[in-house]
Amino acid sequence: MTSSLNQMIEESRLLKVIARNWAFCFLISFIVLFSFTGRGFFSIVNFQNIIHLSVIAILMASAETFVIISGGIDLSIGFVMGLSSVTAGKIIQIMFNSGNFSPAFSIFIGVSIALVVSILPGLLSGIVISKYRVPPFIATLGMWGITNGIALKICKGFPVAMLPDSLTKIGNGYILYFKRGDGFSFFGLPYGVGNDKIREYLRLIPNSFIFLIIILLVLWHLLKNTKFGQHTYAIGGNEDAAVRSGIDVKKHIVKIYVLSSFIAGIAGVFNVFQTGIGNFTTFGAMYELFAVAAVVIGGASLMGGKGRLIASVIGVFLIAVLENGLLISGIEPFYRYIAVGLLLILAVVIDELFPDLF
Amino acid sequence: MSYLLETKDITKRFGGLVAVDKMSFGVKEGEVVAILGDNGAGKSTLIKMISGVYPSDGGTIFYKGVEAKIHTPMDALAVGIETIYQDLALAENLNVYSNIFLGREKTKKKFGFLPVLDHTYMHNESVKVLEKLDIKIPSLKNNVRTLSGGQRQAVAISKSIYWNAKVLIMDEPTASLGVAQQKQVLDLVNSLKDHGLAIILISHQMRDVFEVADRIIVMRRGEKVGDLIKKETTTEEIVNLIVGSELVN
Repeated sequence: MTSSLNQMIEESRLLKVIARNWAFCFLISFIVLFSFTGRGFFSIVNFQNIIHLSVIAILMASAETFVIISGGIDLSIGFVMGLSSVTAGKIIQIMFNSGNFSPAFSIFIGVSIALVVSILPGLLSGIVISKYRVPPFIATLGMWGITNGIALKICKGFPVAMLPDSLTKIGNGYILYFKRGDGFSFFGLPYGVGNDKIREYLRLIPNSFIFLIIILLVLWHLLKNTKFGQHTYAIGGNEDAAVRSGIDVKKHIVKIYVLSSFIAGIAGVFNVFQTGIGNFTTFGAMYELFAVAAVVIGGASLMGGKGRLIASVIGVFLIAVLENGLLISGIEPFYRYIAVGLLLILAVVIDELFPDLF
Repeated sequence: MSYLLETKDITKRFGGLVAVDKMSFGVKEGEVVAILGDNGAGKSTLIKMISGVYPSDGGTIFYKGVEAKIHTPMDALAVGIETIYQDLALAENLNVYSNIFLGREKTKKKFGFLPVLDHTYMHNESVKVLEKLDIKIPSLKNNVRTLSGGQRQAVAISKSIYWNAKVLIMDEPTASLGVAQQKQVLDLVNSLKDHGLAIILISHQMRDVFEVADRIIVMRRGEKVGDLIKKETTTEEIVNLIVGSELVN
């Protein structure tokens, strides 16, 4: 059956495009479906919410995309994010509450140190993987525990609170605030309007959206247009070939885990801006597994050599739209786990049935 | 004419085992030297030392009469020694021209500062080198996965030629090919010879060796036991050297 289907797809250009972008087609179908079943699903406000709440998942999936294309896996990103979040939170808390530093300066120092700290787990994993040939699964599983332990040690098991209000004003802010007959303003409510009136304003383009676009553009360029990206694909496709072509594979692998860890660090910093507190990552969050799921749904192979950043982002949105749509449609929330699980398996089955397409 | 590439007393040990023992040989421009030997005779270890994969434990490699210090694959490539392995070492998930330029990608500046891969340049240069060697591949934008064994071999060879190989080491180039494709590859070897390359050929196929080689070197237990001009020898003599039966006689 699959061979005749394969042939049909081979012959029709349209079918080929659809089959190749099946995840995107699923995304569109879900959006159409939930627009009918869920009240308020198809609205700019809800779509902005989906994007805003997906930022961390997208960053995680982007990090995982690089690692998976190179033929590895990084299980530590969820807890690296927590480590970065509590590190930033703790430093901002101490500096801000000492009264000696302005909120802006405290935030700047806290964020900078958190980003530097977030590089370290990736650096260690990368060295252990490339130099001592420890399988990535084990090396990053080790780092999974280590980063979690350190994060909990820093925050003593509680979220880091008492941070400046300006964090969430930036993190949850919008570019444009608009009220019919009352004009508009940028980056905040018009002067003199209280926060209690915020619901009367239509808020457009979350700051997080701009932040996300910038990061995705940089990462997309890195993967698609540079030697770094090309070598990442080559290492995932045939590591021996990469070595013999003179690529410094060991160094490259270290770079990839550093990048992955750093992106997770950015996610941690974003988390502080979004919630206004430094959060450690709970065991149940499973950011890394959802990231792997999104990347695989996007068409990447855990064997390496294959994957696209945009496809991984679509994978995240597919999961996010599914969760949001089921919730708004009033379906019990545990069904979403079943749906995500089915999608994940479907992705790999499609990949196996039509290997020539991708 | 003197040798383009020459080894003198080159040695490799793995613990107590001497894989290659004080091996000396050379290859001239426009010459095909075949290295024959049974499994474990040290052929692969020998070429891995020349191509920088294994550092040698003794002896010297000379290129154009000057000592060449080869410690890494990059050192060998810099000298002009390219190796085509049995498994070809191509990234099957990348297209033809990306493989030819792998590790040495050409970039251009976008907006005057942002380096991006120059696909057009790499594609056109690859077309040129394939034409020069009279190799036909439908589209260079196809992934190597979709090519036949002979075409892959041709891509691997084109890659070496493009990067100015002076010495080409080929490890079992026809081992996994069909009859028609074996012929194509042997024709290609002859044409490379005409382009003035020095070629070191490792093969089990006596027929291939006699078709393209000028000189035949036989190895046994890490040592050179024969260095013969092809025209002055016979298959029988070579086989005897390989298995060591002349000792019995």
